[in-house]
Amino acid sequence: MTPEQMTKDKQTLKVQIKHQQHASNFVLEIDTCLPNTGVTAIFGPSGSGKTTLLRCIAGLERSQLSQISLNNDAWQNSDTSLPAYKRPIGYVFQEANLFPHLTADENLQFAIRRADKSHSIITYDEVVNLLEIVPVLSQYPAQLSGGERQRIAIARALLIQPKLLLMDEPLAALDSRLKQEILPYLERLCHKTKIPILYVSHSLDEVIRLADYMLVLEKGRVREEGEIQPLLSKLGTSFSSHQDASVLISGQITKQSADWGLSWLSFGEHTIMIKQGSEQIGDQLRVRIQSRDVSLSLSSQDDSSILNRLSVTLDDMIKDTLEPNMMMVRLLAGDTPILARVTALSAHKLKLEKGQTLIAQIKSVALLR
Amino acid sequence: MQLSSEDIDAIWLTLKLASLVTFLLILISTPIAWWLARTRSWLKGPINAVVAMPLVLPPTVLGFYLLLFLGPEGPAGTLLSTLGISPLPFSFSGLVIASMIYSLPFVVQPIQNAFLAINDKTLEAAATLRSSPWDCFLYVVLPLAKPGYISAAILGFAHTVGEFGVVLMIGGNIPKETRVISVQIYDHVEALAYEQAHSLALMMVAFAFIVLTFLYSVQKRQKNKSVIGDIL
Repeated sequence: MTPEQMTKDKQTLKVQIKHQQHASNFVLEIDTCLPNTGVTAIFGPSGSGKTTLLRCIAGLERSQLSQISLNNDAWQNSDTSLPAYKRPIGYVFQEANLFPHLTADENLQFAIRRADKSHSIITYDEVVNLLEIVPVLSQYPAQLSGGERQRIAIARALLIQPKLLLMDEPLAALDSRLKQEILPYLERLCHKTKIPILYVSHSLDEVIRLADYMLVLEKGRVREEGEIQPLLSKLGTSFSSHQDASVLISGQITKQSADWGLSWLSFGEHTIMIKQGSEQIGDQLRVRIQSRDVSLSLSSQDDSSILNRLSVTLDDMIKDTLEPNMMMVRLLAGDTPILARVTALSAHKLKLEKGQTLIAQIKSVALLR
Repeated sequence: MQLSSEDIDAIWLTLKLASLVTFLLILISTPIAWWLARTRSWLKGPINAVVAMPLVLPPTVLGFYLLLFLGPEGPAGTLLSTLGISPLPFSFSGLVIASMIYSLPFVVQPIQNAFLAINDKTLEAAATLRSSPWDCFLYVVLPLAKPGYISAAILGFAHTVGEFGVVLMIGGNIPKETRVISVQIYDHVEALAYEQAHSLALMMVAFAFIVLTFLYSVQKRQKNKSVIGDIL
């Protein structure tokens, strides 16, 4: 969707921000329309202005020269500037920021008493079950683990019944074990509630798992923007040279084999096999293929242990900006782009060139949802 | 231990004065402490200094200037007399005003420290939960600052009970009006009535000990407050 189309729909978050950080040279300058459905990731290195952008939208940062509106409700323009407590948002901070004098449940009740009564996105029962926090509700924040605290904070932000949920690196303060503990809750949350989410992160891994749309910031400006699937496969972006560089493939389960424990995922003319899980024939799924798991071969000889071998054409390739001995190659399986990260030597040996037909061998495929 | 009826009057007067002063100080110290804890204004330093001045000035200096200021010739005194209000020096009301100034830092500072200890992020979290500034103050700031308020009330009360110099300067020695315990003890000693002085003086020592013990136990509990919950 282009910004023009979205403006016509009026179902968007319009953000025009010009904000000078207090006592520093940092300027945030953004003019965009974000979708108000699904998860929009705000991605970028630290210091790129992600958190400042979120704080401006929330009204926690004063920015006189900004215009912010959600579905044509102006939150901020030259005439009005709603204070944070009048904006229909929920906010999840990096640290849980629970009220230390209240129990977990009282923290939730604090939100319920002040919630927007005119519309409801989730009930108390739904939220405590979704985030599995029932056993810890009677405890004080100081008695909870970091992961439990963050789950309470997410529940609290949802129970205010926001029209837009802002999440500022909700996993950044947690160690990797706790991250893995919370990510599944976030995935469930993003897909079970209809609420639009702005998700700030510097972790490409989290963005790939959660986001539908992506806004990439660099030094206070928008560097890339668009739906996540095409954006991820673009060459020359800051994240295509990232070690986690990946593509997403959406497809349908067309066949399953209990004997081999495999499911067949079809997209266009192509099929890949994935480890069988709880999915059923006919399900729409999204999988992630990391560029470092894709290798290239000229022959179609079926003499490898790798199951997923796709016939592809070479669309484009580029030298890695950080590691000049590596190449990022963009392949097309039908219309579906796949990235492969190969050494410059291999590219030279295989005499890779645009338009060439190749076999892409995919070592592993991660099921997202 | 023998207490004369005059001693009892002095005790009652002291308790009345200290309670009223503590109550009024808590009310006016709250906005002052909030402003001092949150402002970035250049006025913060000077205002902090003014609030803390009674800590370093001899009570006689305070009493002297209050006497001049509130007296019939002073600016406040003339204003009051044109309004038909009797002069404040050597009256209970005058004593209340003098005591409030004298005890101000003991009430402002614990409250200010309690406000400072509240994380800005906690207040931002409240704002994102549709809590207006007033609502946030009532339901987040005050409960979190409760130990500070308890310390402030104890210190303000105890310090008012313990004052002497200011009382003598502005209150004088009028029975049931301005003759508080400390002045009564002074009178006993002047009259060489050591026995009676002892009764009151020992009472004051015991009072100070009990109050301070309680204060330190409050502060100790405050440290692990969030673990054991909000008992206070």
